[in-house]
Amino acid sequence: MALLVDKHRPRSLDALSYHPELSDRLRALAASGDFPHLLIYGPSGAGKKTRISATLKALFGPGVEKIKIDSRVFQTTSNRKLEFTLVSSNYHLEITPSDVGNYDRVVIQDLLKEVAQTQQVDLSAKQRFKVVVINEADHLTRDAQAALRRTMEKYSPNLRLILLANSTSNIIAPIRSRCLLVRVAAPTVEEIEGVLKLVGEKEGLKGGAGLESRVARDCGRNLRRALLMYEAVHAQNDQISEKTPIPPPDWEALIEVIAKEMIEERSPARILQVRAKLYDLLTHCIPATTILKTLTFKLMPKIDDSLKADVVKWSAFYEHRIRNGSKVIFHLEAFVAKFMRLYEGHFMGMDLDFDD
Amino acid sequence: MANFFDIRARQKEAAAAATSSKTPAQPENNRLQPWVEKYRPKSLDDVTAQDHTVTVLRRTLQSANLPHMLFYGPPGTGKTSTVLALAKQLYGPELIKTRVLELNASDERGISIVREKVKDFARMQLSNPPSGPAGEEYRKKYPCPPYKIIVLDEADSMTQDAQSALRRTMETYSKITRFCLVCNYVTRIIDPLASRCSKFRFKSLDEGNAGKRLEEIAKLEDVKLEDGVVNTLLRCSEGDLRKAITFLQSAARLVGAVQGKSDGGDKKRKRKTVEDDEDEDAMDVDGASNGSDVAITIQSVEEIAGVIPTPTIEGLITAMQPSSKGTVYGRVSKAVEDLVAEGWSASTLTTQLYDQIVIRDESIGDWQKSRIVLCFSETDKRLVDGSDEHLTILDLCLQIAGVLGQK
Repeated sequence: MALLVDKHRPRSLDALSYHPELSDRLRALAASGDFPHLLIYGPSGAGKKTRISATLKALFGPGVEKIKIDSRVFQTTSNRKLEFTLVSSNYHLEITPSDVGNYDRVVIQDLLKEVAQTQQVDLSAKQRFKVVVINEADHLTRDAQAALRRTMEKYSPNLRLILLANSTSNIIAPIRSRCLLVRVAAPTVEEIEGVLKLVGEKEGLKGGAGLESRVARDCGRNLRRALLMYEAVHAQNDQISEKTPIPPPDWEALIEVIAKEMIEERSPARILQVRAKLYDLLTHCIPATTILKTLTFKLMPKIDDSLKADVVKWSAFYEHRIRNGSKVIFHLEAFVAKFMRLYEGHFMGMDLDFDD
Repeated sequence: MANFFDIRARQKEAAAAATSSKTPAQPENNRLQPWVEKYRPKSLDDVTAQDHTVTVLRRTLQSANLPHMLFYGPPGTGKTSTVLALAKQLYGPELIKTRVLELNASDERGISIVREKVKDFARMQLSNPPSGPAGEEYRKKYPCPPYKIIVLDEADSMTQDAQSALRRTMETYSKITRFCLVCNYVTRIIDPLASRCSKFRFKSLDEGNAGKRLEEIAKLEDVKLEDGVVNTLLRCSEGDLRKAITFLQSAARLVGAVQGKSDGGDKKRKRKTVEDDEDEDAMDVDGASNGSDVAITIQSVEEIAGVIPTPTIEGLITAMQPSSKGTVYGRVSKAVEDLVAEGWSASTLTTQLYDQIVIRDESIGDWQKSRIVLCFSETDKRLVDGSDEHLTILDLCLQIAGVLGQK
């Protein structure tokens, strides 16, 4: 049984339920035959990927949906072999170069050139060019992005790129200036509610009691998450009433506990306890950034207004450290200690923060 | 030179379409080509602005001597275009294949490539200009000086080792080979290389020249522009002409949705005309026949460029002002959350916020501004390092709010 998210994913541009202007624009682009390189950005769960696949279908017809998964081996300059999986149809190719970490440049150079130098084989194809979809383009290394620059211009008759990213900040300016930027905003709460109702109707799930609107408010404007939450609630309860709780993911519950503990007592012993929980989260593959961010936002309602700005400041500071450093637990723990000190200082009515 | 007749045919074509260097083999591609490529300058005279560089280079066209060159400047100022145009004028369409080697960051350029490929090309014998009566004509048109050119595009992404491997190569083969390095940041080129080249700085395009070029392209493509669109394009692209042209083309595609559909029919006719006419003329005929009445508006350009609408920014700034209604944190965090959910890019946000607060707002004191600028610098660094956008922006806004509250 497929998840609701996949089952009810819109397959064509007409089926998309929100951002009608954007759909119109994509349709116009696909129809004009003059398709530019695209850089699609927006928060996660906004429907970037869905829009791309719908656009590809509008470009090439249903043949795009016949996909196969290939595994390719690339050789780096230092003779290391890299396994790389790619998803492809006759007309397009989908890659996630950040899978291979620092070697993404090799993949970009070899693969794109190979694709670009061969023409479309299928004579009945609607378009002369092939499309390469690059996922997580904001995680590409600088080298890989530099490698894209000239390729995008030189091979433009045969090749169009669609880059997917969460934000454009990490994409170098030369790439940005070669693409048509398309922003996909997250759906509003009302739009999510509408989608949930529609899905519920199709599935014959008894929603009611305002469950949809509660889920929509809780999901942080992330449609994928909303659908998953909605499905989870239905899977766990037969009867849904107004009071049926929406279970948060268990890692969020744990972070909530950490936040409570940090407020309750500020002592080295408590740091040790918190540390154990943080390790627990890390071993379950929750990204450190997510932990820190969630923790910060969980702490916010519990503390005095005058402290909030400071806490955010240090949170951002340690988040940056996490990004640059190598051992994340140091920085998470440092944030915990820092917070305790700030809170204690505020509690005792004096400024213990000497070092800033 | 394998096919003599082929060359001859080409010569005729070249003479007929005097300035057009496109080969007629791929006319249907031109329509789909990005305008950036289509309107790449074909000769040095076409290069916009950069007067100083062009004057120097034009002199080398006459004297047929060329130093090693290092072109540097911000993106979209015409560095690559200038080199390519120069090469075209020096060698013409035939010889350019054997006399010019272009390597860019999409090619492998480690130390081994410099040692092998570059060195091999550098010491290769010069190929001869075409002989016979056709060749003489060719030589009259193009100077064909007795050296090859190696263009290392995006040279700042070459490793230090690869750069040092070039040092001796550059000198040893300087009789028959000239190097041309193109880069954004001259500081990333090692000193020994930089000192071997004559440097050309490409400055950001001034508004007048860039605007003229944009209007020219709009006219050639038969795109109608509303008043002020050119200015908006220039403002959004920050002196990067390539960006401005891409924006223009994207905007044209969006408003010209209907126009695009009729292309299919026109294409056949175009193919017919292209044989005896210049491409661009054919294009104009096209444009005129389906000339759409829709003009590009300022809004559509801003939307494409990802500019955050002014009311949104102003809302955020109002939220930062100290006031008695509600808490600062509450208001700012709400505004930031919305911004992030809308998908606005954090880097655009910081640039626009900076513009509004530091440059335009006169009511903020100098002392406060200098504190605020510090926050901006830290934020920018974090964003470039790939920090979480939500947290970073929230931090920035709260800090600014803090500084504003200290009045």
